[in-house]
Amino acid sequence: MRLEPIANPGLGRRLGFPAAALVVTVVIASLLAAIAGADPLLTLGLVLKGAAGSKFALLETLNRATPLIFTGLAIAVAFRAKLWNIGAEAQLYAGAIVTVVLGTSVLSGMGAAALPIVGLGAMVAGAVVLLGPVVLKTRFGVDEVVTTLLFNFIMLLLVSYLLEGPMKDPMGMGWPKSAPLDRALRLPRIAEGLRLHWGFGVALIAAGLVWFVQARTTLGYEMRAVGLNPQAARFAGIPVNGVLVKTALLSGGLAALAGFSEVAGLKGHLSQDLSPGFGYTGIIVAMLALLHPLGVVVTAIFVAGIFVGADSMSRAAGVPTYIADMMLATGLLLMVLAIGLTKFRVVRG
Amino acid sequence: MTATDHKAQEIVLRLDRITKRFGALTANDAISLTLARGEVIALLGENGAGKTTLMNILFGQYTADEGQVEVFGKPLPPGNPRAALAAGLGMVHQHFTLADNLTVLENIQLGTVPLWRAALGQAKARAKLAQLAADFGLGVDPDARVGSLTVGERQRVEILKALYRDARILILDEPTAVLTPQESDALFDTLRRAVAKGLSIIFISHKLHEVMALSSRVVVLRHGKLVGEVETAGTDRHALAAMMVGAEVTPPAVTPITPGPALLTLREVSTPSIGAAPGLNAVNLALRAGQITGLAGVSGNGQAALSDLISGLISPQSGSLEGVGRMRWSSRAAIAAGIARIPEDRHKTGTIADFSLTENAILETYTQAPYSRWGLMNWHAAEEQTRHLIETYDVRCPGPHGPIRQLSGGNMQKLILGRVLDAAPRIILANQPVRGLDIGAISYVHSQLLAARNAGAAVFLISEDLDEIMALSDVVHVISEGQLSPEFQRGEKTAAELGLWMAGQGFDRAA
Repeated sequence: MRLEPIANPGLGRRLGFPAAALVVTVVIASLLAAIAGADPLLTLGLVLKGAAGSKFALLETLNRATPLIFTGLAIAVAFRAKLWNIGAEAQLYAGAIVTVVLGTSVLSGMGAAALPIVGLGAMVAGAVVLLGPVVLKTRFGVDEVVTTLLFNFIMLLLVSYLLEGPMKDPMGMGWPKSAPLDRALRLPRIAEGLRLHWGFGVALIAAGLVWFVQARTTLGYEMRAVGLNPQAARFAGIPVNGVLVKTALLSGGLAALAGFSEVAGLKGHLSQDLSPGFGYTGIIVAMLALLHPLGVVVTAIFVAGIFVGADSMSRAAGVPTYIADMMLATGLLLMVLAIGLTKFRVVRG
Repeated sequence: MTATDHKAQEIVLRLDRITKRFGALTANDAISLTLARGEVIALLGENGAGKTTLMNILFGQYTADEGQVEVFGKPLPPGNPRAALAAGLGMVHQHFTLADNLTVLENIQLGTVPLWRAALGQAKARAKLAQLAADFGLGVDPDARVGSLTVGERQRVEILKALYRDARILILDEPTAVLTPQESDALFDTLRRAVAKGLSIIFISHKLHEVMALSSRVVVLRHGKLVGEVETAGTDRHALAAMMVGAEVTPPAVTPITPGPALLTLREVSTPSIGAAPGLNAVNLALRAGQITGLAGVSGNGQAALSDLISGLISPQSGSLEGVGRMRWSSRAAIAAGIARIPEDRHKTGTIADFSLTENAILETYTQAPYSRWGLMNWHAAEEQTRHLIETYDVRCPGPHGPIRQLSGGNMQKLILGRVLDAAPRIILANQPVRGLDIGAISYVHSQLLAARNAGAAVFLISEDLDEIMALSDVVHVISEGQLSPEFQRGEKTAAELGLWMAGQGFDRAA
């Protein structure tokens, strides 16, 4: 058996295989639910209801999607230039730390006007965290997969240290969490009475901007060229290393916004469970979206829906929430396979 | 052995009118060939002549469009590498296919026994290997890791691997390209022993003296056709060189014009070697306006370094480049200095396969207005320029939007030509500009280079095809091991004389 590339895959092929992947994912998830002792159809219904069955559920899904849009964009931007940033988790926490530091000290008295400055500060922190691995890559050829991944652990330990030490909330009853952000520095709700905060709006704007950068700017053209063929890019005079550094700044900054929006929009303080792996789930989000920035919004909401829905389902049906993780993992694998099958045909012999 | 003699012998391999087409290009055009028991055939031809395609068909990597292969009188099923191995064919690739982290014995066993049985067969395999090593003079420690072996030793392992699988027909693809002269001699000794034991050998090479020393018959391929087949005993190097040169592409008319001043001068330029490929060694070169300067040489003798240098990819380690401004030397500096660069590999270096024609057309000029202003792309202007190039340079394509990988090599090359020639460059670097193109595209590229030369550009043509060099160039240099020969005027040297320079004769070398 071998694979033969298809020059111009038809629309049926491009939609059919991903759709089939979704169906098979649902079937496998139902099987898992059945093994866990629940009625598969009922379980599925509960997931749907929990994710989008009510206004509350839907807004909860969008809230959960917000950090995933940021990390998904961060990864889509980096992967497009073949910069394998596995460290969005670290950049997220860097953004969160800076948000808390700025928001509880120097800028705490300035009111809402300081919010953009806090956001920018967070972005700079995320960018700097990714800059180290990228400079190691461009100068010494160190594999960024390893360095960015390891940075996640360094950053988690740093957060743990900060929360037990210098940043520990004196009023926190001994819990490892930071002092709360100034009320005025919290991201406002999008509408009165809705639980959805402006982080979601910023995420949508960011997705639009990333799309614009990739499709319409010189930098976007350079990033795509470097990602598709660095050898030809270098030959044509594109400064490959410079483009990688700029990509890293953008990617790290976007991931840091996830930390900013979670702290300023949702939690109000920094804790060790700020991110249940948004940085890693962002990889799934970006891959499912085929690295397209607007697709990231869609897949982030979809993935968030599965998480929120599975949470609610597990409470209602008594099925472990791990089913959500397994659904996502099977979904990703099948989608990657489906994407391959839209571009290649399996030939015998 | 005479011509009538080998026909009387047992024929072990017969290729019958093998034809293989890739789009408009015919890589193998009705090639028929026979190999007798105990015979060594040398397969001569330039890059792109079709040698590799032919061997890939033999080994089942490709399926021929027409014709068939017979091994020991039985037809070989097409497109089946396993069948080729089982039929007794063994190939020693130019780039070794060994696992560095395994031992010699493990490498040789790899693929011959199921994984879970490899341990059981060790003693037997070891005995067989020792026997083969003794028979063929291929001494190598079976327990050494391949990663720790020299290049010559690795090649012995490759040969042993083929012999271990009971190959009766050995095919060696440029086996001496990576060897020292001493290692080459040892290799020839081994091959002679193999022939004495009744094996048959196809030996692919550019090097005429090796062909003369080893083969009993020489087969010459050119542009996919078999253009000559002679007994080695009845020929000499000059005749072979003449056969390789041939005269298939009608040479374009080159009217002499008086050259202008040197636009680019290299003075005593040296560059470090890149891996196995030599760097430049105190090279002096002047590219003059209105002149085509040809660079002849056997592949891997420093052409890459010279081309990379002029392209701006590498800087001189010592010596200087004159006439290119004072910017720090880089691709961008080269483009800014008015150097049009046609790279050797248009698929990997010249274009980005998944980019559209438009995105490829502005690859070198995207930072300039009107394509880019204030960091924003003007795709409308870029597309207009692409349409202009498509029309002016006769690029046959569905339009400026589709990915460039859908284009044939010739049309891809035309777009690259358009990209670099449209700005009326002062200097043109054309590295193997017609490799792998069909005849129509070849004459188009040549006529464009000549037109640029007639308009006053300094053209530097690098090619392994001596015929192309001699047909187009006003002056010729030969490169060998990073050294450049003196400048020869058009017609000053014959092909055979240049061939001797290509083989390294005439250079002043410290022993």
